[in-house]
Amino acid sequence: MAVIDLANPTRFLKLVNRVLPWLIAVTVLLFVVGLYRAVNAPDDYQQGATVKIMYLHVPAAWLGMMGWVVMSVAALGTLVWRHPLADVAGKAAAPIGAAFTFICLVTGSLWGRPTWGTYWVWDARLTSMLVLMLLYLGVLALYWTAEDPGRGSRAAAVLALVGAVNLPIIKFSVDWWNTLHQGSSIFRIGGSTIAPSILWPLIIMALAFTCLFFTLHLAAMRNEILRRRVRSMRMMQAQELAEAGA
Amino acid sequence: MTMSFAQEAGFIVAAYAVTAFVVAALIAWVVLDYSAQRRILGDLEERGVTRRSRRSGP
Repeated sequence: MAVIDLANPTRFLKLVNRVLPWLIAVTVLLFVVGLYRAVNAPDDYQQGATVKIMYLHVPAAWLGMMGWVVMSVAALGTLVWRHPLADVAGKAAAPIGAAFTFICLVTGSLWGRPTWGTYWVWDARLTSMLVLMLLYLGVLALYWTAEDPGRGSRAAAVLALVGAVNLPIIKFSVDWWNTLHQGSSIFRIGGSTIAPSILWPLIIMALAFTCLFFTLHLAAMRNEILRRRVRSMRMMQAQELAEAGA
Repeated sequence: MTMSFAQEAGFIVAAYAVTAFVVAALIAWVVLDYSAQRRILGDLEERGVTRRSRRSGP
């Protein structure tokens, strides 16, 4: 099967039905191993046991941003090629990305209180992440409240592309401004500064959350394709009833 | 000033509980939405409504 064939919704559904069980199995396996390693990981010499919040907070932050990357790529497909599957991908990614951003903000706040002595500070990293959450809510409002789904999708796609400007701001906020949030300690020139005994559980949890993201995204895309079929069948039914009555 | 383990545990448990709740809500949303769409599609097909692409040509 050529890659372009997957752009056909019926073929895409067949592929999703084949792939999903495997993806679910891999996700569950990674979570079992990741949580076991996270529970048994040593405490941090400064933060104590609260470092265990990192195994949720960091993957959630990455996936909150990745959700927006998926939406931005899908937005190009919607606006440039006007492909319905691109719109489906964007719409399906929005609530999942918003949920991970919410997890990032809440777990960060719960980690900040024992570490910094405060739940919240208007720091560049925290504020730019809050802006991402608000952008997600904006996109969801456009998808869910537009009377004409096509217009709502195009408006959401434009917002997704404009909002992508926020991604490098989030990533480099700790370098560009003097922030309370710590600087990059995983992806940095010269290698990670985290001890392997803490880094490996983090990598496994990040992989588990990434698999969960794609599992949920594929399942939500399948739901959206079915929802559009329902809508099109209902419109045809209404048209036939109108023609029969005329 | 260091926190006691009990205080630290409260923050850790809260973080894991919130995450578990949000992930469970996402999974429930996807599963329930799938069964709802399948049910509606089944109802429409039972009533003889078919998609344009499934209709035979003239």
